[in-house]
Amino acid sequence: MAINVNILAKIIRYQIHDISRSFWLFIYTLFFLLASYGLITFSSDAPKVLISLMNITLIIIPLVSIIFGTIYLYNNKDYIILMLSQPIKRSTLYFGLYLGLVIPLILSFLIGIIIPIVFSKIDLGEHFDVLIFLFIAGIFQTVIFVSIAFWISSVYENRMLGLGLSIFSWLSFSVLYDGFLLIMIHYFQDYPLEKILIGFSLFNPIDLARILLILKLDIAALMGYTGAVFQKFFNTNLGIIISILSLIIWTVVPLILGKRRFAKKDF
Amino acid sequence: MIEIRDLSKKFGSIDALNNISLNIRKGTITYLVGPNASGKSTLIKSILGLVKPTSGLITIDKEVLNGNYLYRAKIGYMPQVANFPENLTVKEILNMIKSLRDGIITYDEELISQFKLEKEFDKRLKNLSGGTKQKVNAVIAFLFCSEILILDEPTAGLDPVSSSILKDKIIGENKKGKTVIFTSHILSELEELAEDVIFLLEGEIRFTGTINNLISSTNKHNLERAIASIMNGN
Repeated sequence: MAINVNILAKIIRYQIHDISRSFWLFIYTLFFLLASYGLITFSSDAPKVLISLMNITLIIIPLVSIIFGTIYLYNNKDYIILMLSQPIKRSTLYFGLYLGLVIPLILSFLIGIIIPIVFSKIDLGEHFDVLIFLFIAGIFQTVIFVSIAFWISSVYENRMLGLGLSIFSWLSFSVLYDGFLLIMIHYFQDYPLEKILIGFSLFNPIDLARILLILKLDIAALMGYTGAVFQKFFNTNLGIIISILSLIIWTVVPLILGKRRFAKKDF
Repeated sequence: MIEIRDLSKKFGSIDALNNISLNIRKGTITYLVGPNASGKSTLIKSILGLVKPTSGLITIDKEVLNGNYLYRAKIGYMPQVANFPENLTVKEILNMIKSLRDGIITYDEELISQFKLEKEFDKRLKNLSGGTKQKVNAVIAFLFCSEILILDEPTAGLDPVSSSILKDKIIGENKKGKTVIFTSHILSELEELAEDVIFLLEGEIRFTGTINNLISSTNKHNLERAIASIMNGN
């Protein structure tokens, strides 16, 4: 299953050309610019700014990535057909489209966060590594949710169904999942739930990224039950390694499943 | 050149193609005709590898299709609907398509000047009319001087002038030895262009042969009536 890297690079290049001129990407960048600038202006306390940025990042990036990704494949169906009538392998096109979307989204996010920080006088000091982890978390959210989006739109021909499923998965990971955990904790509070909760948190990519950041910020106890448990159970470093590994699995598995489906389906 | 043996394709429980066998000879123009949902597009897409057949074999120049992709370098395809990444310009999309194939030095860009597309080169694709997109689509199909041209309703959406430019181009390429397969609903195009006809109905071949055979076999005096007579099941 070798992929022609030369062709892949060309597809990605033109994809980036296309998406970087998109109005929605501009809005996305502008959003991060304003959010980051606003938070820095209103607070000079670096940890507070970072936590607020984290919360925004963990809600907005998954939402935008999954919706943008789903719509992107549906809207470009005719273009995909044209490309597949060229002597190109389906997997090459799939990864080309994927990277061509993921790279501009990541760049938008990074540019939007970095520029206000560079131009402000905020002193990140000892929290600089948290900022790096914020970037890692944001990058993972993008690659994971675009790969889920591509998988969904490769499986379902009906775009309304696909888009509905995408929004539902975002809603499950960001809202319903936490609610479910709270209900569990409430009803089973007499039992030792720690290990089970750790197991559960591996099933939510948004939670994993949050754990990664709060372990790094050393405020795990303040940031919800799973964070506290995670830190208690593992020491910080092991926790970080485990959550990064799980995030990688969350990226690769939907991507491979989507690619397989894409390689087999009828256009 | 293109050989199809016992090709079947099911979408769920629907038979889009049912045991189709046919030969398309090198250097011919074949007209694929049939009402909507008769399997024309499915047949074309099977040849391109866009649709994976349920059973059967397709051979192009003795190469059996089995998920391979390099054979498509021999094919120029004009899909029914043209759509491109909306923020790219016409020039960029042509450069991109060109960049996907190595080792081709000469491109056939005759249609660009005939369609007067140069003045649209810097426009983004989202700002183009449907007809102009269709012209870009046609340019791409002929760009690589491919041996086989597969055109899915090539003249749909084109104005009469552009449509006749395209038809002349098809005839010209055929005279150079290219194999052409096309679908169209406009019957007058058939008499003008095609030698061979494949008539599909509900996923099955109802007729293959030359136009003259088709007319004489139905005892009708022109093509339109001959086709109508087959459609009515006579």
